[in-house]
Amino acid sequence: MSIKKAIKESRAYLCLECGKCTGSCPVSRFNHGYSPRILVNKAIRSGQLELLKDKNIWACLTCKLCDERCPANIDYINLTLATRLEAQKIGEEAICSHGGAAQSLMRIMSTPDLQQKRMDWIDNDLKVAGSGETLYFVGCLPYFDVLFKDIEVNTINSAKASIKILNHLGITPVVLPQERCCGHDLLWGGDLENFKKLAKHNINEINKAGVKKIIFSCPEGYRTFKIDYPKYFECKFEVQHITELIAEAIDQGKIKLKEMNKTVCFQDPCRLGRHLGIYDEPRKAITSVPQLKLKEMARSRNQAMCCGVSAWMNCSTYSKSIQLARLKEAKQTTADLLVLACPKCEIHFNCAMKDEKVGKDVKIETIQLVTLIADALIDG
Amino acid sequence: MDSQKANFEPKIVAFCCNWCSYPAADGAGVSRLQYPTNIRIIRVMCGGRVTPGLVLKAFELGADGVLVATCHFEDCHYMFGAKKAADVHNITEQLTAMIGIEKERLVLDWISSAEATKFAKVAQEFTATVRKLGPSPIKKVIRVSDNQVGDVK
Repeated sequence: MSIKKAIKESRAYLCLECGKCTGSCPVSRFNHGYSPRILVNKAIRSGQLELLKDKNIWACLTCKLCDERCPANIDYINLTLATRLEAQKIGEEAICSHGGAAQSLMRIMSTPDLQQKRMDWIDNDLKVAGSGETLYFVGCLPYFDVLFKDIEVNTINSAKASIKILNHLGITPVVLPQERCCGHDLLWGGDLENFKKLAKHNINEINKAGVKKIIFSCPEGYRTFKIDYPKYFECKFEVQHITELIAEAIDQGKIKLKEMNKTVCFQDPCRLGRHLGIYDEPRKAITSVPQLKLKEMARSRNQAMCCGVSAWMNCSTYSKSIQLARLKEAKQTTADLLVLACPKCEIHFNCAMKDEKVGKDVKIETIQLVTLIADALIDG
Repeated sequence: MDSQKANFEPKIVAFCCNWCSYPAADGAGVSRLQYPTNIRIIRVMCGGRVTPGLVLKAFELGADGVLVATCHFEDCHYMFGAKKAADVHNITEQLTAMIGIEKERLVLDWISSAEATKFAKVAQEFTATVRKLGPSPIKKVIRVSDNQVGDVK
């Protein structure tokens, strides 16, 4: 897609130059050199090369907060995506965090006949199948836990919890041993070629296993399967986020939960919230735990602040400032627990809390929503 | 396929630390010790700098084996760099194993600047191991920005 077409599709030419985007952007708040308004302007007014060479196009978190507030309804994140896809073609690249390890892992996964060993985490008490109608998409969680050992995160627990919940609902999900990364981060990093390779491989594997419905616990995977895969490939399967499934089951009375005498606050992941509009289901799951009190943060639902880094790019002091600001909001609710629904939020917030100087001030225990629900399940 | 395997020349990337292993490789050259030309040396200031990102990038770009050579723990120029290298290597090893790269393709060794013979020996042995394993399971990943068409390997 050329920039011209992207401008047309994202309606960027309607920009009023009001600056609401820059005013609401979590990056602009700390990084004064970055402004969505100026980038939109640049896209419309200056030459394509000048825009593509601008390093700021990689700074956007694509959290969609600006889109939410734009009075002219401009689709800024899709303009950013199109710009990045074009920029990658002329050899421009983002500054990859973690030495580019995550990007390399994803690109390596695009090799067709790879024999991954990613199933070690499945315990004996979790029932999984090799083929069937419902698939649980694990995503990159096993890799994250190894890569981020030093900040002691345990993202794979959310996969275990999800399978426990599915088993509780009488579903034995398929878990694919050769499943690949969904390609979300490669796509948002502008690498369309390898994203397509990963997507093709995943779709082939899914079709081979005879899957009709895919359950996600990772919001990024969910977004990618729901919005991006159908753009490029024919998808015959249905997708659902686990919180939607939990909310349904609660309505039908299939889930009974134990009491939990705690106060929690909930971080809306940008992919689940603003990208896909799922706000009520996670809240329904939280509030259906007896005695559990949900206190909303100052900015929540569609105004929620992002966790500071997206697609493993441009992690900087600005990211940490965003994380600290968000964690302070969480602390202000006086909640005991910060409930998360995205593995990356878990990694980024825990990383900020490990900071030697300011980490202690914002320390709050985090828990994944699915883990919270799985722990509260009453058998039978 | 067999004839391909017979003619197979492995590409090996060796990350050598500036203070021990790189001088060791230098010493091996000066003393005219023979070691295979399959080894491509990349000098880093410290073995602790060789993050999972660097090793994975080497595999992504088509390396058949990666050697990380650092100082012995007690000789480290930066006090704890070699220890750090060992810790990071542990993580890298788990990642490469999980993604399906044979564990023999990634080696960490400790070679001091005086051990030119050890460097030559490690290089020879590692090349022989990788040669036996055959080409890496990873196909060289092409990106649009590489301006290359088709599969290189």
